[in-house]
Amino acid sequence: MMEAAKKKELQALAVRIRMAALEAIHSLGSGHLGGAMSIADVLAVLYGKEMKYNAADPKWPERDKLVCSKGHAGPAVYGTLAVKGFFPYEELKTLNRPGTRLPSHCDRNKTPGVDMTTGSLGQGTSLACGMALGEKLRGRDARVFLIVGDGESNEGQVWEALAFASAKKLDNLVVLLDWNKRQLDGWTEDVYPMGDYVAKLEAFGFDTVKVNGNDVEAVADALERTRQAAGKPHAVILDTVKGAGIQEVADTAMNHSLPVSDEQFERWTAQLKSELAALEG
Amino acid sequence: MMKVVYTGEMDPRLCKSVLGETIPALAEKDADVIYLDADLMSCIGTAKWAKANPGRAINCGIAEANMVGVACGLASAGFKPIVHTFGPFASRRCYDQAFLSGGYAKNDVTIIGTDPGVTATMNGGTHMPFEDVALYRALPGATVIDVTDPTMLISVLGQCVNRPGVKYIRVGRKQYAKVYEEGSDLPIGKAVTLREGSDIAIFACGIMVHEAMQAAGTLAAEGIQAAVIDMFTIKPLDVEAVEAWAKKCGAVLVAENHNKFGGLWSAVSEVLAQKRPVPAGYVAVEDEFGEVGPQGYLQERFGLTAAHIVEQAKSIIAKKS
Repeated sequence: MMEAAKKKELQALAVRIRMAALEAIHSLGSGHLGGAMSIADVLAVLYGKEMKYNAADPKWPERDKLVCSKGHAGPAVYGTLAVKGFFPYEELKTLNRPGTRLPSHCDRNKTPGVDMTTGSLGQGTSLACGMALGEKLRGRDARVFLIVGDGESNEGQVWEALAFASAKKLDNLVVLLDWNKRQLDGWTEDVYPMGDYVAKLEAFGFDTVKVNGNDVEAVADALERTRQAAGKPHAVILDTVKGAGIQEVADTAMNHSLPVSDEQFERWTAQLKSELAALEG
Repeated sequence: MMKVVYTGEMDPRLCKSVLGETIPALAEKDADVIYLDADLMSCIGTAKWAKANPGRAINCGIAEANMVGVACGLASAGFKPIVHTFGPFASRRCYDQAFLSGGYAKNDVTIIGTDPGVTATMNGGTHMPFEDVALYRALPGATVIDVTDPTMLISVLGQCVNRPGVKYIRVGRKQYAKVYEEGSDLPIGKAVTLREGSDIAIFACGIMVHEAMQAAGTLAAEGIQAAVIDMFTIKPLDVEAVEAWAKKCGAVLVAENHNKFGGLWSAVSEVLAQKRPVPAGYVAVEDEFGEVGPQGYLQERFGLTAAHIVEQAKSIIAKKS
């Protein structure tokens, strides 16, 4: 069980990440809001508790690494990094502007704190495996956290990579599968049903748990567990809502990419601010 | 040191044996070198060393796209990966991974594609890449090499592991005609003049270097002086060499074991069109798929012999004004 104060702190961080991602996307007028919101809570647990990193030295070799393989959720990652001081918060408003360090999809050569370039779905999974193997061969105890989308798992490369992780016993790899149940064209069950992720990951040889991915305490408990079992890679199936944290976005059926009007931005930001005040007040 | 010792004789070494010795040697010399294969270690003689050195050699199973992604992840951790599989799987099968996880993400990897073009022989059309060079030429910053002989293979592999970007080396596993003295250094990006001439310049790469040298001998007997230039680095192309030889000879022939689209012929033509238009032609595959057969048959079938070079050379020279 997590201390109440720590839980509130992580909940508040998740709200701040949502506000930051929303601000970045609104500055542009539209963006991948749904899938950014669904992973805000896991990002809060990773950067608020689980991962070791140094915002002043983003390339510190001993750090834990994050691969956001669903690279279009970049704004959520950028929001997290901005809140944690990897770069100035105001820079969020440069999202996708000419010459920006914050492109729509994550780029390790542009953004301080982004550990791997992603965007072509599936590719981050193999990269994360190589990174985790590299940490082991280097003799470092750093871990690699891999966020994979459920829609993304339509890609065959994901399953090649999962087989590799299991075959090579990469127990320093934690796969965080964002089961938000929607992809660009609609509900995954309608577009391309993938079956039971827990059964699949277990069959692939992963230490697997499923938790409410929008509950920071449940996510933190699951990640705590991944520190313990050795000898096989870990999977946490994050049962999430696409658009979580902004009810109107969650309630919009086709919420993969959305325009955000000034009026919506003001209203949603006000809601998030009041949540934050309640948590931090 | 570099010395041309071409006589037309075959180098006794098999390139698969050279790979089997050179990859472990590079790994033993440099702790950052790591070798990945897709269940084809036994085809290039690395299996025994790999088994004894599990931390230096990673068998990725028959999953080439993942293998290249893993290699790129290892590169991000400071390793210098050498990836091997057959040419079609080292190019088409994993191209998006080499392009994005490698080139775009700036993860430097060396990729060896064995049995290019007709050297795939008995594995047939499914295993016969005539387009691998075209693919890798289109990858920004890539290095593309078609190996001429075992000595060159050792030289370029040693350079590639420390060279930035995605490096693609295509090489057959069997014997090649001996062109260079053992121990020769062949700097990447620098064409090598194998035979002087003034009537036509023949730019060749890979197995076609031997054919070009044979053709040049035949042409000389008929009073035609053909220069032969080894253009083993298809990218970055030695542009100065193309310009200089086009100026000197006023006629150019390209010989390659590849589709006429996108390979050395395309690369040389791009230079000629911009810098020095002269009569030019090619001996290359006429936009076809591969098929099964012995290499001699396939070279005849796809028009990749010394005789084809002789015929083309005469027809190009006839266009000189």
